[in-house]
Amino acid sequence: MTGRKIGVVVCECGGNISDYVDTEKVRAAIAQEGDVVSSHVQMFACSDAAQQDAIREIREKKLDGIVVCSCSPKLHTATFRAMAERAGLNPYEYTQVNIREQDSWAHTHDREGATEKAIELARAGVAKTALSEPLVRRRVETLPQAVVVGAGIAGLRAAVALSDLGVSVHLVEKATAPGGQVARWGSLFPNDKVGRGLVDELLNEVRRRENIQLYLSTELVEKSGRLGAFDVTLRTATGAVIPLKVGAIVVATGFDPYAPSTGEFGYGLDGVVTLPEFKELLAAHPARLTYRGRDVRTVAYVYCVGSRETAPGSPRTYCSRYCCSATSHIATVVNGLDPSVHQFHLFRDIRTYGKYEALYEKALRGGSVYLRYSEESPPTVTEENGGLVVKVRDQLLAGEEVEIRPDLVVLVTGMVPRANDPLVHALKLPVGQDGFFREVHVKLRPVETVLDGVFIVGASQGPKNVAESVASSLAGVAKTGALLLKGYVDLDPLVARVEPNLCAWCDECTKACPYGAIDRVRQGETEVAEVNGVLCKGEGACVPACPKEAISLLGYSNAQISSMIDALVKEAT
Amino acid sequence: MTAPATSVGRGPRVLVFSTNAISDMGIDLAGSSHLDYPSGVEVIPVPCSSGINPRWILHAIRAGFDGVFIAADGPECSYLSDCVARTGHVVDQAQELLRQNGLDPSRVKTSAICSVCSEPFVSHMRQFTKALAGLASVPGTPSAVAAGAA
Repeated sequence: MTGRKIGVVVCECGGNISDYVDTEKVRAAIAQEGDVVSSHVQMFACSDAAQQDAIREIREKKLDGIVVCSCSPKLHTATFRAMAERAGLNPYEYTQVNIREQDSWAHTHDREGATEKAIELARAGVAKTALSEPLVRRRVETLPQAVVVGAGIAGLRAAVALSDLGVSVHLVEKATAPGGQVARWGSLFPNDKVGRGLVDELLNEVRRRENIQLYLSTELVEKSGRLGAFDVTLRTATGAVIPLKVGAIVVATGFDPYAPSTGEFGYGLDGVVTLPEFKELLAAHPARLTYRGRDVRTVAYVYCVGSRETAPGSPRTYCSRYCCSATSHIATVVNGLDPSVHQFHLFRDIRTYGKYEALYEKALRGGSVYLRYSEESPPTVTEENGGLVVKVRDQLLAGEEVEIRPDLVVLVTGMVPRANDPLVHALKLPVGQDGFFREVHVKLRPVETVLDGVFIVGASQGPKNVAESVASSLAGVAKTGALLLKGYVDLDPLVARVEPNLCAWCDECTKACPYGAIDRVRQGETEVAEVNGVLCKGEGACVPACPKEAISLLGYSNAQISSMIDALVKEAT
Repeated sequence: MTAPATSVGRGPRVLVFSTNAISDMGIDLAGSSHLDYPSGVEVIPVPCSSGINPRWILHAIRAGFDGVFIAADGPECSYLSDCVARTGHVVDQAQELLRQNGLDPSRVKTSAICSVCSEPFVSHMRQFTKALAGLASVPGTPSAVAAGAA
């Protein structure tokens, strides 16, 4: 017993829990725990009525901790923390115990076992809460200014949308001109808008706005400070240094087109080009399809060049997503120019997902011929008597070899991550196995990084078409606006903490911390480690490094985890 | 609908350390998909597997767990690009601690469990509990005492 006054709510979840767990038995068992002074079963603990009951109980019995045994903490941690706050209880003295996803639903054929497990999990929740302490979120000011890195389609759109929200934008572009890849492209799917035109529309908007500053031939080279008030340094091509203070950073550095090596599907031969090169060719000659002054009567497209590689150790195992639709669209553009041009598509799988399927159908109706090759037997591109020869084993013809003599071979190349090492280093950006920047969660937090206040948008995060890049860009804007416009942010207090009396300053924790969040400070005659709560990400890499167990995470202290383990194995009474 | 009251046996006791952001969701998904695994498997979620103190693992085995499984984020970890190596180091340290204390180091296992890795998780639990069932009880723990009494 610790002398705490803890309340426990056991949720039936309308049968989702109580059909498989004897909730009343759980309540009765947990009521026997020394620190538990209140215990109830609720049909739905998250309902307004049940929350009101809990708030009344907290106030009347002056509870200093509450445990809710219900569903996954992913669903209702915020709900019950808010409930605790409304009752006047510190939200970090609330613990959610998962007896649904990790108990009742996982042991549907073992009511007795699931009930015993629920009791043990509830005891562990009580043990953790008994050692909890009131924590205060640290409130810091946020500046309504952002730096957007990259002035391609995603960066330009982000800058305009942030400006609309009232956030001042410093738009930084490494190249001499804005627009990125899209500015070089002609007609784009799905509605035949011209890339240059899209970029110019956005550039006009950027130039009209007083709260957007565009920097060309400039790079972001340094970042320090904290979420809401970063100190950022820009450096121009002439070496001039520009210091900025911004609340958030939006990274929209885009992608590089895959560059085939010489000889890869004939690349380097006269008449073999990549998809971006073909797009530029069409944009430059919109009236007649010619290549180096020669009329093009037959085109062969080879798909999946630099994508979906399966060789061991290949970094490009991913699908680049946009290329199937882009190539089907290009085929319709060529067909519009001259319907008599023969077009052969050598593909592995066609992935014109969603509404882009219509492009594939349109290309087919326009006379495009699709030949499916297998990964084991890719097409070959060679030169014979001054002309190109493409050979492919068509899967629909039972592997029969088909020979094409095209005027032009287009290698449908995918997207690869940009070489951005200085930026990665300056921002300490997380990079995934594929080399693109890594989000916290691809579905749940797709534009956030583990670095608070640093967002990744567009194709810098992974292959995307223009529409998807802009959607991602606007998601980043929404997150940035939500962060900056309130004027302040409350930081999660669940970070590492040093017990100075145990610390002997051995430097192991600073070596383990990847975020530079641990400082060496003087305490009386000795030196000890101290955690910077703003920089600490709370992952705990420092915890196993400390030989003295002097450092631990708030909410996951050595004492708390040990006492949870003891509670889990405690004999049932 | 009410589940059968008869316990099918909870099997060996396994403590799983999961991670809040990724592997705990994969374990949740196993339950949401009603994929059964032994009820002797219990989870303590932590922020990142690189932050697990090896001494917690020794404590768990001594206290009565038959094994400890670290459901790591693997290369998906959003905190650390070298999380796999760091977690591997935690496991190595824990196994060394077990050896020093006369305990079988195979009582600790780890694998990356992603947010949709429900089936791999269940498969790991079935294999791990089966392997643990073949080991002798840890002396002094409740299961050893019970086995002695039987």
